[in-house]
Amino acid sequence: MIVDFFFVLFAVMAVGGAAAMVLARNPVASLLYLVMSFFALSGIFILLDAHFIAAVNVIVYAGAILVLFLFVIMLLNLGPSKRPDLRGTMYRMLGIAAAGAVFGLLLITLRDGHTTSMAGGMGQATMDAMLQSRGAVGVIAEPMFRSYLVPFEITSLLLLVAIVGAIVLARRRAP
Amino acid sequence: MDIETYSLILSALLFAIGTAGVLLRRNAIIMFMCIELMLNAVNLTLVVFSRSLGIEAQVFVFFVMAVAAAEAAVGLAIIIAIFRHYELVDVDRFNLLKW
Repeated sequence: MIVDFFFVLFAVMAVGGAAAMVLARNPVASLLYLVMSFFALSGIFILLDAHFIAAVNVIVYAGAILVLFLFVIMLLNLGPSKRPDLRGTMYRMLGIAAAGAVFGLLLITLRDGHTTSMAGGMGQATMDAMLQSRGAVGVIAEPMFRSYLVPFEITSLLLLVAIVGAIVLARRRAP
Repeated sequence: MDIETYSLILSALLFAIGTAGVLLRRNAIIMFMCIELMLNAVNLTLVVFSRSLGIEAQVFVFFVMAVAAAEAAVGLAIIIAIFRHYELVDVDRFNLLKW
């Protein structure tokens, strides 16, 4: 009962924040709506028993990546746009139609996946037992450092390349 | 219906809003933010399926976050480089490669 209440609350916050992000004129307001949306998504992760993912989502996504966006918006000194930032009527209709098509296709695909996963799934009791025995972090750490150790290490390489690439791209050229 | 079903519908809705944002806005930074929203909608799908198909799905959420961080760093660097050149970030004004 209380889970349902919080789910509806977080879902409304997430969707409302996302829609407000798309519609807001000021980029800073847009970004703060996105942060609200991500906080609400973290709440939904907690309701789905993914506590560690929820914490990382707040710390890394809302805390680090979106603050990087905020730094860039303020560095470029972007205020509310003078000309309308949403595209014209024709483009707008096509874009909304495309988004609706994506929504419909996703619903069909996810419904199929949901019925198959529910049929062969492990169920709430197994999930609770795993969380009880190993804790919210251990339950993720074990597959990450056993089965997925090599992809995990390659991730660090990806981040290194991204750091070097970002510095090279944003460096001021010598006159 | 249970919470998993509603979460999947929510993730589809968030992904669609992100798509609409990428298609409708001109500001390149807001387009990037919409892409982050789409990535997080996929994270929600992975978390929902991790409940029935195995906890390994949550490992992929970490990989998605790492890719999102790398993408944000490189993408914002490109936006800064373009802004130095043109003094604007509206994508429909960048037509140097258009014919």
